[in-house]
Amino acid sequence: MIQTPQSYEFDKIEMRQVYANTILELAKNNSNVIALEADLMSAISTNKINGQIPKQLINCGIMEANMVGVAAGLALTGKIPFLHTFAQFATRRAFDQLFVSGAYAKLNLKILGSDSGVTAEHNGGTHMAFEDLGLVRLIPNSHVFEVSDGTMLGYMLRKVEKEYGIHYIRTIRKNAVKLYDENEVFETGKGKVLREGGDVSLIASGIMVAESLKAADLLHKMGIDATVIDMYSIKPIDIDLIVKYASKTKAVVTAENHNIIGGLGSAVAEVLSEHCPTRMRRVGVKEQFGQVGKADYLKEFYNLTVKDIIDAVKELKIK
Amino acid sequence: MNTNLPNLETFRDEIRLMTLKELHQLGFGHYGGSLSIVEVLAVLYGEVMKVNPRNPKWEERDYFILSKGHGGPALYATLSLKGFFPEEILYTLNQNGTTLPSHPDRNLTPGVDMTTGSLGQGISAAVGVALSHKLSDKGNYTFSLVGDGELNEGQCWEAFQFASHHKLNQLFVFVDDNKKQLDGLTKDIIDPLDFEEKFKAFGFYTIKVDGSSLKQIYEAIEKGKAQNDKPVAIILDTVKGQGVPYLEEKENNHHIRPNQEDETAILAAITQLENKLGKAVT
Ligand SMILES: Cc1ncc(C[n+]2csc(CCOP(=O)(O)OP(=O)(O)O)c2C)c(N)n1
Ligand SMILES: [Mg+2]
Repeated sequence: MIQTPQSYEFDKIEMRQVYANTILELAKNNSNVIALEADLMSAISTNKINGQIPKQLINCGIMEANMVGVAAGLALTGKIPFLHTFAQFATRRAFDQLFVSGAYAKLNLKILGSDSGVTAEHNGGTHMAFEDLGLVRLIPNSHVFEVSDGTMLGYMLRKVEKEYGIHYIRTIRKNAVKLYDENEVFETGKGKVLREGGDVSLIASGIMVAESLKAADLLHKMGIDATVIDMYSIKPIDIDLIVKYASKTKAVVTAENHNIIGGLGSAVAEVLSEHCPTRMRRVGVKEQFGQVGKADYLKEFYNLTVKDIIDAVKELKIK
Repeated sequence: MNTNLPNLETFRDEIRLMTLKELHQLGFGHYGGSLSIVEVLAVLYGEVMKVNPRNPKWEERDYFILSKGHGGPALYATLSLKGFFPEEILYTLNQNGTTLPSHPDRNLTPGVDMTTGSLGQGISAAVGVALSHKLSDKGNYTFSLVGDGELNEGQCWEAFQFASHHKLNQLFVFVDDNKKQLDGLTKDIIDPLDFEEKFKAFGFYTIKVDGSSLKQIYEAIEKGKAQNDKPVAIILDTVKGQGVPYLEEKENNHHIRPNQEDETAILAAITQLENKLGKAVT
């Protein structure tokens, strides 16, 4: 089954606007919701809602580790903290606080890590997280999501408010390619099949979902029909879906704006090797640090393009 | 000092000019926090520090660690004017494949002593450098520059406790007290209270100066060098966007993507500095 190619247009609303709007809505409906920031409010647009929820939006200053600890204390007393900072500060910078005060103490924290991977662009290597999914995935009982569009981000924020535990959501800050309409439902531990094809399964997350759809269009012209799965729930991951499509297509390519160690590629490889050994390739960042540059340049540098996905498929298909 | 003051003023103006030109060429960037460190860079690299542009890794050099790494453009302007690399390189600032990333990288740029940009980390490395020289009985000074917002980070205060305990008197910590961080005024986000009192309480020899005065900065360094049992903190009372009145007054001047009005003001500031320096040369 081949669906008509989409137009892959960018959503009119930026992801950060979705975050700010949703936080405002959640905070108004529940006085226990407290949003915490670490001097990056203007980067995620919560400065625009600042005056409206003065007791529920706190700028903690440039103190990421302290922010996670404070969030743990808020959670200890029944509040529902939503923390935001750039992905690397939320994870690399405050990992032990997240691990011990958050997860080990079994507390309830909602974390948004923004400016994922190459989308950190001109902030460069210090600010470019290719490791955050892997780090949070290592924490026992953590939930790890990478959202691919604004509908999904809004949905996931509302969803995690009602669930207990450590929930990490990775996102870009600006406009994502629009993939879902407003009524779409996203379950934890499920993937979304966006396109069906019998020759190869492309399993992607975040900005690489749209790239995989574009790759599938081109592959179709070459006579290769690809399934495309948006695997937004990286932990827990949809084992049944991976096994189903791996058995059907006998070839799997993962694509992520992240190190191939620790993130989506690793998670899928773990499932396949235990449940359904299948030939696979991982498109993603390999043994590299970040650097400054425009996203398109960086995508090429780190081999995160449509062409890289197609090359990986070809490599698998040449028997 | 007095004999060199005119030279230093020229150097300061050149650093400010080149900082504006490289940021303007890029089209966006950390104007505010780059401009507020121009004077201290002029004094350090124009008068105080032992460095060798032909041998950036010269072992006898003094070290400089820009802990508030987003001020990189001003450091690059300074290093280029000193001859560490040609002026053309400045115009590759923060572009694809550049050797001048937004935040300094010791592996990319001649004259950059430490990789910084994750706030709070550079200052610990500076303490380590100072400790190393002390352990080896060497006279090298370590100069380090932190932002007032950066001082939110607990790691800074860990570094200060350590420096003071180990009596690292060859360590100088400059605080760019420009009253603003990314989201606004420091006093509205995390009130810094009194930096002078804080540094004194942490065991530092502490001096507060007008951070736009070359003379005051220079004299504070001389005083700091004259004592020998404490690390030195020099609080620079600065203005974010310093030296360009329009940018000083602009409310959100941390990271600027100039609109038409900004653009006009920045170009005017560039022309003004060029004219001034043109006169200075003839
Ligand atoms: C650990 C860390 N957290 C957040 C940031 C993002 N950030 C860059 S500059 C900045 C504000 C810095 O304020 P300040 O130190 O006062 O610098 P200045 O006013 O001199 O620009 C922030 C939050 C960062 N670079 N590092
Ligand atoms: Mg400041």
